[in-house]
Amino acid sequence: MLDLTDKKVLAIEEAANTIREDIIQMLLAAGSGHSAGSLDMADVFAAFYFHILNHDPKNPDWADRDRLILSAGHICPVRYAAMARAGYFPVEELLTLRKFGSRLQGHPERMHLPGLETTSGPLGEGVAQAAGMAYAARLDGKSWRTYCVMGDGEQDCGIVWETLLFAGAYKLSNLTVIIDRNNIQIDGPTEKVMPLESLKAKYESFNWRVIEVGGHNIRQFVEAVEEAKATEDRPTCIIAHTIAGKGVDFMEYKFEWHGAVPNPEQAEKALKELRTLGGKIESE
Amino acid sequence: MSDTLKFDISGKTQLPTRMGFGDGLVIAGKNDPNVVALCADLTESTRMILFKKEFPDRFIQMGIYEQALVSISAGLALAGKVPFLSSYAMFSPGRSWDQVRTACLSKANIKIIGSHAGVSVGPDGATHQAIEDMAITRCIPDLIVINPCDSIEARKATVEAAKVVGPVYIRLAREKTPVMTSDDTPFAISKAQVVHDGKDAAIIACGPLLYQSLMAAEELAKEGIECRVVNNHTIKPMDEKTIIAAAKDCGAVVTVEEHQIAGGMGSAVAEILAQNDPVPMEFVGVHDQFGQSGQPNELLEFYGMGVKDVVKAVKAVIKRK
Repeated sequence: MLDLTDKKVLAIEEAANTIREDIIQMLLAAGSGHSAGSLDMADVFAAFYFHILNHDPKNPDWADRDRLILSAGHICPVRYAAMARAGYFPVEELLTLRKFGSRLQGHPERMHLPGLETTSGPLGEGVAQAAGMAYAARLDGKSWRTYCVMGDGEQDCGIVWETLLFAGAYKLSNLTVIIDRNNIQIDGPTEKVMPLESLKAKYESFNWRVIEVGGHNIRQFVEAVEEAKATEDRPTCIIAHTIAGKGVDFMEYKFEWHGAVPNPEQAEKALKELRTLGGKIESE
Repeated sequence: MSDTLKFDISGKTQLPTRMGFGDGLVIAGKNDPNVVALCADLTESTRMILFKKEFPDRFIQMGIYEQALVSISAGLALAGKVPFLSSYAMFSPGRSWDQVRTACLSKANIKIIGSHAGVSVGPDGATHQAIEDMAITRCIPDLIVINPCDSIEARKATVEAAKVVGPVYIRLAREKTPVMTSDDTPFAISKAQVVHDGKDAAIIACGPLLYQSLMAAEELAKEGIECRVVNNHTIKPMDEKTIIAAAKDCGAVVTVEEHQIAGGMGSAVAEILAQNDPVPMEFVGVHDQFGQSGQPNELLEFYGMGVKDVVKAVKAVIKRK
């Protein structure tokens, strides 16, 4: 991986901000979808598409590419926006999200859009498929890596723990899972709906390495991925502590925005905030 | 009909269909180095043990979890492998239906092997007797569904399934049943076979109950009733041409399957005939009930899937012509 200079970090942060603007515009145009998680994973997805992944947007089927699976399929606006900005497809297409005939289905579908590794949405299945891919890479002696982004509410699913058992038992060190720890799910705070803590201890007891980072700190996150790559005896879970709805003040920390989208006035307010970096700069 | 195949109804050789799968998987493994096998703690009883012995590096022990079994297999498939995954049909696809559906949505090249299907599982009882599996698989787009009639056909179906690019479900049975086909009997997915000919009624069967169907045809022949018997091993995509021809030539159809009548092979035949050539139909299968413990044959008789039940259904359908 190339050195992560301060200039590069800044460029990734800017990309993340652009992705957030895209997300607001996409959700406004779609009229339905998931705002909070999409916004709070913008930094992680920018880091993936603009620094971490070994990939080629012009050749999405390249056999030796790294695989990035979005197990929490409902936050696909962040993935679509990152992909478009990375050059997988035209940025204008983002506004077709969730519309009839669009390649950008409401939950990501492999057969619709090149560059999607799989179909995801039914929670917990993406991480299991990611584990299968990682196992296949090892069988073939390939060095490409498998990354999987999951939600924290998704941890409730039984199949997740089946997969943790499997990946831990087979020491799938080429598999790295990122948990979007934004502490919300549809019905409320995760610790009220179905407590998960201590998530770290749970993963560790399944023979996983766990690294906790600030999910909006590009450098911390990239360094955690580097540590995961250097770990040879276990899969790694990066718990990315995030602020649900990050970047849009009236959405931040609110579970009500998990599955809601902004109306035109709210979208305008959100875009203004993103374009002025929360009031840090005057002009949009 | 000149292309009627002659199946052996002596009942001399008896083997479970899962045995043929075990042999077929080893052949598939030799044919294609990308074939891998995953099993949910039932390596001996699903006969994956043969593959494990031959290709230990390509066998993956999964423990008892059928949901991840399917999705992990889908991941392997999307990375170029040809995974065969096995459990009891009650648990996969029974417990893993959502995962199967999503894998099919991705057109993942997985081969689902559901063993111990039907009430003939016997003493284990209703919890382990999958009699709904064909209904829940045949409604999933792109998923091929096969219920082989004997061990040799199961072997061939396994070898062919490995060659198909796309998801396949093969339904197998625990108990020994008569081997009716031979190494030389042709087999192609979605190509049903006429194995006994007549014009009074058609008996369309899948799975080992093809034997009971042929025995019924023999009995009926003694009474002067001539039946066409079709080995309809592929439930989806079904051989519509052979099914429609049977209905046109005989004017009455009886379907025979070790499965709930609701949603099973007979329902699929009815869907085809209702649109093409509606004829009177009778359904031999489980009538909206759960199974129970017992010996395989007494259960088949109790739930109405014995030779006498097929005979009765044929006579009833002929009356309605």
